[in-house]
Amino acid sequence: MAALPPARHLLRAKDLADARYAEPLAVADLAAAAGLSRAHFSRAFRQAFGESPHVYLLTRRLERAASLLRTTDRPIARICFDVGLNSLGSFTTSFTRMYGRSPAAYRAAYPPAADYALVPGCVLRAYGRPQHRTFREDGADGPVIG
Amino acid sequence: MTIKIATAQLWVHDQEVALDFWTNKVGFEVRADVTLPELGNFRWLTVGPVGQDDISVCLMAVPGQPVMDDQTREQVLDVVGKGFANAVFLSTDDCDAAYAELSGRGVDFVDKPEDRPYGRDCGFRDPSGNQIRLTQLFELPNQ
Repeated sequence: MAALPPARHLLRAKDLADARYAEPLAVADLAAAAGLSRAHFSRAFRQAFGESPHVYLLTRRLERAASLLRTTDRPIARICFDVGLNSLGSFTTSFTRMYGRSPAAYRAAYPPAADYALVPGCVLRAYGRPQHRTFREDGADGPVIG
Repeated sequence: MTIKIATAQLWVHDQEVALDFWTNKVGFEVRADVTLPELGNFRWLTVGPVGQDDISVCLMAVPGQPVMDDQTREQVLDVVGKGFANAVFLSTDDCDAAYAELSGRGVDFVDKPEDRPYGRDCGFRDPSGNQIRLTQLFELPNQ
């Protein structure tokens, strides 16, 4: 009998982040879902999916926030808490960094779109997730030398 | 002339595990299960939904040499296991009932039933990591 695909256990952690982003999930919870120690998990997750579990969870939450900004009239502060973030200030900062405009400006730029009506929700969720951007404080996007 | 979809392929890591999942948990029926000794015991295994005889899903084992070199096989297994390889979109006339029934048989849902603009749907993965959506489409205007 063949073994499970190599990354199948890591997918359980990713699915947990997708399903329960609104709860106070931490990397330790994701590691437990994958059945790995926290230190080993972060490395393995990053190797499999190209970003750290922390960043994945953050971008998932911001993607859900962007979706709620587009499709609901909930107040911005409530959206922040509804996606599992607990600081309005850091939500606004992270959102603005990823989407290039503040939550309010983002909402104003996207009238509720019936265009999305027939695209499955899982597709929107996957393709709507923002590309993680930093101010290069972690050096990840630094210039290639040589 | 007509062209219709007959069979679509899913990569699976283990055909026995996949067969058990798709028949005993999802409730599909076996359409073909043929092992060919002359092709290195290649097993053509297809399943399909009861009541829709002309469409099936082929549960394809990820092959080794000579079809795939070992590195490619590992890559395919890895991509399947990351959930990036395949998706199947199923429809139902009652999403909540289907969710309850499949959950009761041990299907591990990643999305519980929820209303979408197009219908009510939920989602699960097969044992290999393939994403399956189960949707109860609303009636749309102009259709």
